[in-house]
Amino acid sequence: MKLTLQIWRQDSAASEGHYEDYLLVGAGPEFTLLEALDKLNDQLVSEGKEPVAFDSDCREGICGSCGITVDGRPHGPVEKTPSCRQHLRSFADGSTVRLEPFRNGSYRVVRDLAVDRSGLDRIIKAGGYASIDAGTAPDADAHHLTHEKAEYALDMAACIGCGACVAACPNGSANLYVGAKLLHLATMPSTKAERSTRAKEMVRVAEEEFGPCSLYGECVDVCPAGIPITAIAGVNREKLRQVLRGMAD
Amino acid sequence: MTLADTGTRVRPAAEAQLLDGLRTIGSDIAGMIPSDVPAAEFWTDRKLHYKLVSPLNRRKFTVIVVGTGLAGAGCAAALGELGYNVEAFTFHDAPRRAHSVAAQGGINAARGRKVDGDSLARFVKDTIKGGDFRAREVDAWRLAEESIRVIDHMDAIGAPFAREYGGQLATRSFGGVQVSRTYYTRGQTGQQLQVAASQALLRQVARGSVNLHTRTEMLDLIVEDGRAAGIVARNLITGEITAHTAHAVVLATGGYGNVFFKSTLAKNSNVTAAFRAHRRGAYFANPAFIQFHPTSLPVSSEWQSKTILMSESLRNDGRIWVPKTPGDTRDPNTIPEEERDYYLERRYPAFGNLTPRDVASRAARDEIVAGRGVGPLKNAVYLDFRDAIGRLGRKVIEERYGNLFEMYTDATGEDPYVVPMRIAPGAHFAMGGLWNDYDQMTSIPGLFVGGEAGWGYHGANRLGANSLLSACVDGWFTLPYAVPHYLADLLGSPKPALDAPEVAGALDDARGGVERLTAIGGTQGPDRFHRRLGDLLYQHCGVSRDGELLAEGIRSVQALREEFWSDLRVQGQTDGFNQELERAGRVADYLDMAELMCLDALDRDESCGAHFRTEHQHPDGEAKRDDENWRFASAWERGADGRYIRHQEPLEFVSVPLETRNYK
Repeated sequence: MKLTLQIWRQDSAASEGHYEDYLLVGAGPEFTLLEALDKLNDQLVSEGKEPVAFDSDCREGICGSCGITVDGRPHGPVEKTPSCRQHLRSFADGSTVRLEPFRNGSYRVVRDLAVDRSGLDRIIKAGGYASIDAGTAPDADAHHLTHEKAEYALDMAACIGCGACVAACPNGSANLYVGAKLLHLATMPSTKAERSTRAKEMVRVAEEEFGPCSLYGECVDVCPAGIPITAIAGVNREKLRQVLRGMAD
Repeated sequence: MTLADTGTRVRPAAEAQLLDGLRTIGSDIAGMIPSDVPAAEFWTDRKLHYKLVSPLNRRKFTVIVVGTGLAGAGCAAALGELGYNVEAFTFHDAPRRAHSVAAQGGINAARGRKVDGDSLARFVKDTIKGGDFRAREVDAWRLAEESIRVIDHMDAIGAPFAREYGGQLATRSFGGVQVSRTYYTRGQTGQQLQVAASQALLRQVARGSVNLHTRTEMLDLIVEDGRAAGIVARNLITGEITAHTAHAVVLATGGYGNVFFKSTLAKNSNVTAAFRAHRRGAYFANPAFIQFHPTSLPVSSEWQSKTILMSESLRNDGRIWVPKTPGDTRDPNTIPEEERDYYLERRYPAFGNLTPRDVASRAARDEIVAGRGVGPLKNAVYLDFRDAIGRLGRKVIEERYGNLFEMYTDATGEDPYVVPMRIAPGAHFAMGGLWNDYDQMTSIPGLFVGGEAGWGYHGANRLGANSLLSACVDGWFTLPYAVPHYLADLLGSPKPALDAPEVAGALDDARGGVERLTAIGGTQGPDRFHRRLGDLLYQHCGVSRDGELLAEGIRSVQALREEFWSDLRVQGQTDGFNQELERAGRVADYLDMAELMCLDALDRDESCGAHFRTEHQHPDGEAKRDDENWRFASAWERGADGRYIRHQEPLEFVSVPLETRNYK
């Protein structure tokens, strides 16, 4: 295949960025988008030019490291699929594909296509955990969690933290991410003691870091983990519950 | 009797000569304090004798933990909870991304709740046998004992383990065992454990007990007065190289499988932290032990960046075959039954397609080498569901394996319901690693190791679902006892000063190392060398090895290394985000690592589990261990003359008597 890759180049957060066009030849439809970048980089290095920086790691769709915007869409043309599992067979031979970083006010560009998504971890740091020390846990069989609830918790826990939801949102909101984590932890019996405190703090930090949600739902289309839109309702539910209860749990 | 059956053979002169030029034989080493306590009670006894640090004194100690996977995040969080100052380092932008996240199947625990006959002793037996008697027995006992509360802890911090309809934890079985002791969360067990562990870590970051350095890579170990005193690290965004000192250092930096380039590991997993500690004096144990997973996707193009793993559960219903005629390029569905060779069913009638990983990988490689490989590059074998679909219907197969079939389609563009899958052996889990004693301490006092970066538990072969377990146990329930025991003696001594000569020396070395790479000014980027190194290793130090191949491998690695140091090109600047520079440093270490792997494989003149020397096999083609001569772990030290020194840790098997593995 032959593709023109129009790629965002930016040296660092402090510098200005611009698009540059590159001709990629000899790629096959079985290439992933990231392997196409690998090949392009090999080409650039052999010509003594700067290779394109981008984040990726497991290349199996589970680590959440990768994430680029492809023709205006986070991760690329195939729905609910991370960048590392998008293939060139989605593009017509000879076409032009535009690659840019995940766009969001709170994602600073590190270099080229790599961005800083540490805001997502600051939300977890605000309460997305269970305050249980090593060695103090009760027998896991001593509390019951029905099969259905365990499966539901897992549906919500499936988030890979790629941050595409934020990049897809016209508001730049992280509510799909926040809701998924709140509902996951609210379902687990061992983590309920701090349920209200968690909701309050995580929502506060999410609003500071990212924006409010207007229920556009574009996050759901790009989410590689298939987090459902009901996770967004979870943000309001957990927050309202905290206000009405007025207690830590 | 042929030479291959005798077990001991005389090393050919050329092989012996090459070995002598590369290594000398050193002293035996002990991994544990001699004791009369039975293996089953060893851990309880050891914990009783560990020294403690009182809660008020803990904040006087700083511990560096490198890596935030299951072992690293667990260790950093647990030490933080206890009250130590912890400096945690990861090259990722977030701790959750460590490669533990990718493990699918499950985590073993010897809870023995069911009436299927499981127990601590059976867990130990399965683990020792799975490791083909090249692991330390008392370590397996500890792993078994702590596995019980690991499940409780991971459940409590948020891992949503699968549950039965009545609300109890669910289990399933896994390869190499006949009981049901694997706890799981669908096919995302690693992810759920990793997310829970990284949340626990972030809780300590919020509390201020852990200082987390993201996008920071360890470049060197600082050793002062023979003790680990800190690390040198590079900030991957700014390029700044700085020293960090501590009373103890824990490396939980994962395995070295990426030396093969195309492996099932994440792209950035590397050996640099462990290898540079090895350069500073830490022994490297059993580097030849690499597990090849039999159901990886074959390489489909020159530019493929890695191999993807398909769950080996597929072998429950899929039948593995190749065409009987070499070079048969017909559409597989048109190849008649009598022209197919279901070689695993033929060779292993009892286990059939469910033979252990090393056996299945070796058999596939034999077929491929004999010219019967399939696919465009003739580098795969078929995994065929035609008969299962015919017998059970498509719907049942969809329910059992639907997500895996989708994954296959996604990766290859082919529909496995219609065309047989193509699979091939891929480099997977590293069973070698930095040598550590029973207290997880390396040969450098104060330097500890956890998870896949170490060598413990699994030996020459390994059980699936024991690796998540060992990483969790090391992080949460072994290191938090062993590290304080070491620290207790250091009460009153400050952590090393940043202006100490050893610190400045290590900093200079690290900066010099970066300059050395960038100064070459050659023509080829680091990835080109890495790809070639990987091909070379698959060929010479892969699924099956022999002395001649390995000797040739060593010479080829040396030649490639020479080319690397004369023709490498590192594009870009050193004072910023430069992924080429990161890769260059890692490939430099891989080249040395590859040489050590080949050396260890050439030296270990026996077959055991995944280390299969074709010179040592039973008449039926099974691995032939040589317990008389090789019942020890090799721990390699880098000698002053450039040669390696092989130390031996003799291995005792008391509770699990030595026996031959048999899966027929």
